[in-house]
Amino acid sequence: MFSRDRWLEIFDTIKKNKLRTFLSGFTVALGILIFVVLFGFGNGLDNTFDKYFKDDALNTMWINTGRTSKPYMGYKANRQIEFDNDDLKDISSRFAFYIEGITPRISTSANVGYKLKSNNYSVRGVAPSHQKNEMTIMMKGRYINGLDVENKERNIVLGRLVKEDLFDGEDAIGKFVFGEGRSWKVVGVFQDDGGDNEERIVYVPYTTLQLIQKNTDKLRQIIISYKPELGYGGAVAFEDQIKKYLKKKKFIDPRDPRGIRIRSAAKDLKENDQFKSALSSIILFVGIGTLLAGIIGISNIMVFVVKERTKELGIRKAIGATPRSIIGMILQEAIFITTISGYIGLFIGIGILKLVGNTLEEEYFITDPYVDLNTGILATFLLIAFGAFAGYLPAKRAARIKPIEAIRDN
Amino acid sequence: MGSNSLHVLKGINFNVNEGELVAIMGSSGSGKSTLLNILGMLDLLDKGTYDLDGVPIKDLDETKAANYRNKFLGFVFQSFNLINYKTALENVTLPLYYQGVNRKVREAKALEYLDQVGLKEWATHLPSELSGGQKQRVAIARAMITQPKVLLADELTGALDSKTSKEVMALIQEINKSGKTILIVTHEEDIAKMCSRIVRLKDGVIMEDKRNKMVKAI
Repeated sequence: MFSRDRWLEIFDTIKKNKLRTFLSGFTVALGILIFVVLFGFGNGLDNTFDKYFKDDALNTMWINTGRTSKPYMGYKANRQIEFDNDDLKDISSRFAFYIEGITPRISTSANVGYKLKSNNYSVRGVAPSHQKNEMTIMMKGRYINGLDVENKERNIVLGRLVKEDLFDGEDAIGKFVFGEGRSWKVVGVFQDDGGDNEERIVYVPYTTLQLIQKNTDKLRQIIISYKPELGYGGAVAFEDQIKKYLKKKKFIDPRDPRGIRIRSAAKDLKENDQFKSALSSIILFVGIGTLLAGIIGISNIMVFVVKERTKELGIRKAIGATPRSIIGMILQEAIFITTISGYIGLFIGIGILKLVGNTLEEEYFITDPYVDLNTGILATFLLIAFGAFAGYLPAKRAARIKPIEAIRDN
Repeated sequence: MGSNSLHVLKGINFNVNEGELVAIMGSSGSGKSTLLNILGMLDLLDKGTYDLDGVPIKDLDETKAANYRNKFLGFVFQSFNLINYKTALENVTLPLYYQGVNRKVREAKALEYLDQVGLKEWATHLPSELSGGQKQRVAIARAMITQPKVLLADELTGALDSKTSKEVMALIQEINKSGKTILIVTHEEDIAKMCSRIVRLKDGVIMEDKRNKMVKAI
C-alpha cells in the first residue's frame, strides 16, 4: 500500500487526469470551505449573543420601590415606599445564605467638571458590590470601597468616556473634579462592555450622596447578587421569600402588585439559554447539512470516476492486476485527493474567517467568527472517510467485473 | 450478463504444442472468442479440464487468475486496449508493474521490447498519437514483455487495413519463429493461412483441425 511505486503510479494517474482530479478535489474543498465558513459565522452569531446578553451579571436581582395601589393595615393607598440603610443590613443578615453581595443604587444626574470643561452625567450612589452586578472593569485606580461608604468620602469613579471628555489625555487619578458644588477626588476610571452610555456614568459612595442630597438614609433601589449555585429554581424561590419579607416589613398588602417590584435575571437567563440552545441547534444543523451535501457530492463523483475507469480497470486486470490492487489503487487515489483538497478547503475557510474578522459585527451581528481546528479536522476526516467508502463500493464491483466484459468495445 | 445460461462450447478437445502458431476460425457465434477467453482465464469453464504447461488450471479465484495471466499469458485485442492516458512506454511497462519489478528495470525492458516491434522512437507518445498498426504493435510489446508461455490474440487485425495487417502478422510470425506459442482467433482466411495450424469451429464443436503450410506475411 505504501510502496513508492504505487505512489508514483497514483501521481501519474492524477497528473494525467486533471479534470477528474480537479472535480473530486474541488467538491471536497468546497464542501469543507462552506462548512467552515458557515459554522464559523454561526459561532460568530453566538459570540455576539454572549456579548450583548452577558453585560450584566446574570445572578442579579433588582428590587425597586413604587407607590402602593391598595390600602393596608391602616395605611392609605398610593403611599410611596422607601427603604433605608437599616433595611439593607436586615436583608443581608436575614438572607445571608442566598446573598453574595448587596448594594443600593441612588440614581441622579449632575454637572461634573474639571478645569474649564464640564458636562451633565448620570451619577450613581452605590456600594462596592455594585461593581460585580454591572460587571464594571477597572482600567485604572479602584472602585468605590467599604471605607468610602462608611466614612462618606467624596471619592468618585469616572466612566471611560467621562474621563476622556474632561481630561483628554491627562491622567485623572488623584485629581479633583467638581460636582454638586463640591470637589470630588477621582479614585478610578472604568470601562463597561454595555456600550457608550454605560461609560458616561460616574460612581460615588451612596452614603455620601445621601448626605449631600438631603441628609437622609432613604433608598429607592436595592441590587442583590445571589449565589450562582442557587440555579434557576433557587433564585425564583429566593425572589418569592424576599418579596414576602419586604412586603411584610413595609406593611404592603400581599396581593398588591405595586409598592415593591422585583426583577431578576433568573427568568431572563432561562430564556436566553433557550434562545442560545436554539441558535446552537441551527448552527449544528447547518453544519451537518453542509457536510452531508459534501459527502453526497464526493460519493457521486467517486461512482462516476469508477464507471469512467471500468475499461481501464479491465485492461489492468487482463494484464495481471489482482482485485486487491485495483481496489487499493482507487482508494488510495481517492483518499489522497480528498485529504489534500480537504485541508486546502479547511485552511482557505479559516483564512476567510480570519479575514472577515469583526467586519460583519455592526450589520450582521457576527463577532469573531471561528471554527476550532478540531472541528475542522473532524469534518475533513469525515469527508475523507465517506469519500473512501463511496469509492470502495464501486471499486469493489469494478474489481469483480470480468476483464473481458470491461474491455469489450461497447 | 444475467442468469440465463447458454452452452457455447459443446465438447472441444485439442492440444497445442509449444512453438505452434494456431489460427482458430469460425463465424460469429461459433464459440471461438469464448474458447479464447477460457484459455486466457478471462472466463471460467464449467466443465472439463485445461492444462497449461502441465499445470491444471482450475479453482481459480480472481487473485490466482490474475497472477496466472500475468505470468503465463500475453493478450492482444482487436481494439488494442491500451490505457489512453499512458504513453506507449508506460503501457508496455504495466504488466511488469504488477509483477513488482523495479521501475528502472521495467522501463529499460519496455524500451527493448518497443525496439523489437520497431517503435522505440515512439516510446513517449500517447496511444492517440499512434496509428492503428502502431497501437497494435505496442499492444504486442506489452503482451510479450512478461515472456509469457502463450500469446493469445483476439482478432488482432480486425481493426487494421490489409497492409498493416500483414505487417502485424509478420511481427507475429517472427515472434513465433523465436519459439513462442501463439493462438490467434480470426475469421479472415488470409490471416489463418499465415499460421501453422488451423482449427475451425462451428456451433461450439471443432469441424476441422489441420496443419497448414505457413504463408509468409510479407
